[in-house]
Amino acid sequence: MATQTISAPAPADGSAPLKVRRKSPLAWAKQHVLLAVTFVVFVFMLLPNAVILWMSFNQPDGKFNYTWNKFSLDAWKNPCSNSTMCHSIGLSLEIGVVATIIATILGTMISFAMVRHRFKARSGINALLFLPMAAPEVVMGATLAALFFNTIGPGAMGFWTITIAHVMFCISYVVVTVKSRLAGMDPTLERAAEDLYATPTQTFMKVTLPLVAPGIGAAALLAFAISIDDYIITVFTAGNSETFPMYIFGSVQRAYPAQIDVIGSLMLLGTMTVIAVSQILNQMRTSRKK
Amino acid sequence: MTTLTEAPAPVEERAPERKPRRNFTPWALLLPGLLWLTVFFLVPILTSVSASVQTGNYDDGFKLTWHFANYKDALTKFGPQYYHSLVYSLLTTVFCLALAYPVAYFIAFKGGRWKTLLMALVIVPSFTSFLIRTIAWKTILADNGSVVHALNDLHLLKITTALGWTVGNHVLASPAAVVCGMVYNFLPFTILPLYTSLEKIDPRLHEAGADLYCGPFQTWRRVTLPLSMPGVIGGTLLTFIPAVGDYINAQLLGNPNTTVVGQRIEDLFLRQSDGYPVGSAMSVVMMVGTLVIVMTYIWRAGTEDLL
Repeated sequence: MATQTISAPAPADGSAPLKVRRKSPLAWAKQHVLLAVTFVVFVFMLLPNAVILWMSFNQPDGKFNYTWNKFSLDAWKNPCSNSTMCHSIGLSLEIGVVATIIATILGTMISFAMVRHRFKARSGINALLFLPMAAPEVVMGATLAALFFNTIGPGAMGFWTITIAHVMFCISYVVVTVKSRLAGMDPTLERAAEDLYATPTQTFMKVTLPLVAPGIGAAALLAFAISIDDYIITVFTAGNSETFPMYIFGSVQRAYPAQIDVIGSLMLLGTMTVIAVSQILNQMRTSRKK
Repeated sequence: MTTLTEAPAPVEERAPERKPRRNFTPWALLLPGLLWLTVFFLVPILTSVSASVQTGNYDDGFKLTWHFANYKDALTKFGPQYYHSLVYSLLTTVFCLALAYPVAYFIAFKGGRWKTLLMALVIVPSFTSFLIRTIAWKTILADNGSVVHALNDLHLLKITTALGWTVGNHVLASPAAVVCGMVYNFLPFTILPLYTSLEKIDPRLHEAGADLYCGPFQTWRRVTLPLSMPGVIGGTLLTFIPAVGDYINAQLLGNPNTTVVGQRIEDLFLRQSDGYPVGSAMSVVMMVGTLVIVMTYIWRAGTEDLL
């Protein structure tokens, strides 16, 4: 946003805020080629979501809701007509919540240690935190499956093995997110609290935690998003349980109901509503302050 | 993602009076999380190295027999899969970079007050499960859809089929569809780091370039590109690493001739009673291969400090 102030005489439509000294034909072409490429890429990125919304109003001709047949509200009226699907959504949400809580706590603790304390083996720990983000998912899934096969056996795999796996790959993302928030924090605030005779516990609860809270919140959201959307690692650790991504994947072989598109649309519309509402609330709050 | 931009942790110069006391707090904070990562990430990876030289099946159990022939199987029987994984992920990385750079450039320098909205539009699609979005391509690229019709009318489909990118009169179930799905899925991962590093560049540097008689292209080549290299490297890594392991797109949008390593590993692990050692061997090969490629790339790019 800072650039806006620099290139003040931007045209009202905001299309070309950059001042070009010599209006050569090349510069003109460059500007419009850029615009065209950007437009096409955005269409490419947003098209599937539009298709999902469109297909959620379809009455599929046959088992698979892949081609348009005729308009119907059936899928929207009974999103849970397929109980297997809604069970799998429930399982995904449960795993997402439990894994997010554990990963956020463990990850936040690691971030505090990394930013606030001096200790040996820092680079080794950094590597251990970085590797789960860099290793191919299929390798993590397969090796974890091997561990569970060897120890508890395929029969005992389910909710907890999936949750364990999700916590494992969420921790690193939590650490990265919380750490950046912690590192950007002014340490003098905590010292001020100490000067004012706050006990370490009070300083932590009343100063540090409120300041880091947005980072922890963002980390938790990220962990939840990664957890409910994961397929590869989940399929290796699931045993006989079925999460929502596994249900979708299986549907490609069995039957692909329009209800899946309803859920897909709801996920998008729901999060967009949440973002819009929070933006409006934010704006109201800032304007009231002024 | 942020690892790339992460500043070296500000080592605090705090109250010196605390120094003498030996501090166990960091270890208490670190221990539970690190233990979790060790038991459920590091140990499994090491176990799989041992598993890769075992023999046996699920009913009788597996024994460590130093059966190195598993590696011979893993390397020789699945040649096409390694080839596909490598080619698809490299193509995906190149296409993603080619598409993401102009988009990130446009948003960073010409976005004006729409910047935030445009960046939100990059992320918004991922609120819907990526599997549903990938399957939506089955509708878009369907045989009676407008994409196939347009390509047919332009006679492009014949050319792509002759080149082996598509099969017959279809776009679906072909290498082209797999790469399209992968580019679609990983494009935001390329745009985000590119945007972050482009956004940091002061636009006045462009004007300086112009003042020094650089044309727009020269300005980009000599000023913008070098300054955006961290984003280029970060973006390509964030695309390439998950792309190598991805088998969702190959499974959903491909055909039996587009199988990748991931599909074979899953098959060996979950559907074959004696596939576990060879599957482990393939995981090890894949992990080492990815690591070698990534390390060589980082080393060639001269940015070891990024990690």
